[in-house]
Amino acid sequence: MSNELSLGKLFKNGIFGENPVFRLALSLCPAVAVTSGVKNGFLMGVAVLFVMTMTNVTVSLLRNFINPKIRIPAYVFITATWVTVIDQVMSAYQRAVYKEMGLYIMLIVAFAIILSRAEMFASKNKLLPSFVDGVGMGVGFLLALVMLGIFREFLGKGSLWNVHILPAKPLLIMIMPTGGFFAMGLMMGWLNWIDRKFFGGTGGGGGGHH
Amino acid sequence: MWQHVLTIFIASALINNFVFSRYLGLCIFFGVTKRMETAIGMSFTFTAVMLVEAVLNWAIYNYVMTPYHLGFLKIVIFIGTVAAFVQAADTIMKKVAPALYYKLGIYLALIVTNCIILAVPLINADENYTLFESMGLAVGSGLGFSLALTIMASIREKLELADVPKSFRGLPISFVLTGLIALAFLGFSGMITL
Repeated sequence: MSNELSLGKLFKNGIFGENPVFRLALSLCPAVAVTSGVKNGFLMGVAVLFVMTMTNVTVSLLRNFINPKIRIPAYVFITATWVTVIDQVMSAYQRAVYKEMGLYIMLIVAFAIILSRAEMFASKNKLLPSFVDGVGMGVGFLLALVMLGIFREFLGKGSLWNVHILPAKPLLIMIMPTGGFFAMGLMMGWLNWIDRKFFGGTGGGGGGHH
Repeated sequence: MWQHVLTIFIASALINNFVFSRYLGLCIFFGVTKRMETAIGMSFTFTAVMLVEAVLNWAIYNYVMTPYHLGFLKIVIFIGTVAAFVQAADTIMKKVAPALYYKLGIYLALIVTNCIILAVPLINADENYTLFESMGLAVGSGLGFSLALTIMASIREKLELADVPKSFRGLPISFVLTGLIALAFLGFSGMITL
């Protein structure tokens, strides 16, 4: 079956059809936590993209060697290993950013989206589709974080990627914890509206997954 | 020393509330707050597991990982401890207290891949807390999380009857609501300076 799935379609699925943040509503914590600026959101997205891809690849390569009975712990440990790698790299090269969001980088290990892709996709598919699926999902996550980051940083600080654009701060609350929830709710509602208006979808407020 | 423990307790319950200002445990927060009963069951299980985890991981971190310079492995080791403990608790509870198991057992399965359970030992390790400070953080965070779940569950039961715009039904309106509660919790922020 995996041969029939075109890789391009698979890639697009991660970005639009099943966008991890806005569509599946998985792994929301970091999506709200680190998006007070575009740069933080982008770096977090890159970290997730890396862990996601590498976990999918590793799980796919090892899928015939892992005993089905202990597969979940095995996947968790594979994820934890790759998170440790990105954690060490980030703390070495992005010191300032790491101070702000180190905790959330470490918590990538508890992301439902990574475990669910490993379980639902990579454990059943060959190397290449798993790789593409990981990249697609990772890029979908990255785009969602950058979108939220742009929205919040522009309104909250009047700047983008720490470059000042507006002379004032239009809505300071947007970079506070509260604003994260507002931005997320508005963004989801807006995407649902677009979905209903232009694509004829049902647009019924995100999944209820864990 | 006790004063410091109390400070950590109050700070983690109200000021740095896991849901409203650290944004942790959101999946659970939005997942189980549709009904009051599940929210309460979840609160109990989480607070208990967090306390045990904090003690267990504190001991491992201070007596095994620090002497052998294994700090960089903390992610792998902590998640291993959580998984092992939850599995053990699951098996023991099924045998010893079946009634309790049928009430709370489903929540135990959700705990392994949950960020707030893992966040407590990670914060403890980063801040180099003592045993009692770690316990203060665990209980404070657990009660803070319970408070958040209870507030949200009672609001959402009312929300069922409200006429929400179509695009905002479900999760979007819940996010906006959470934002409003977080705004109220912002009022606590001046209470204690850590």
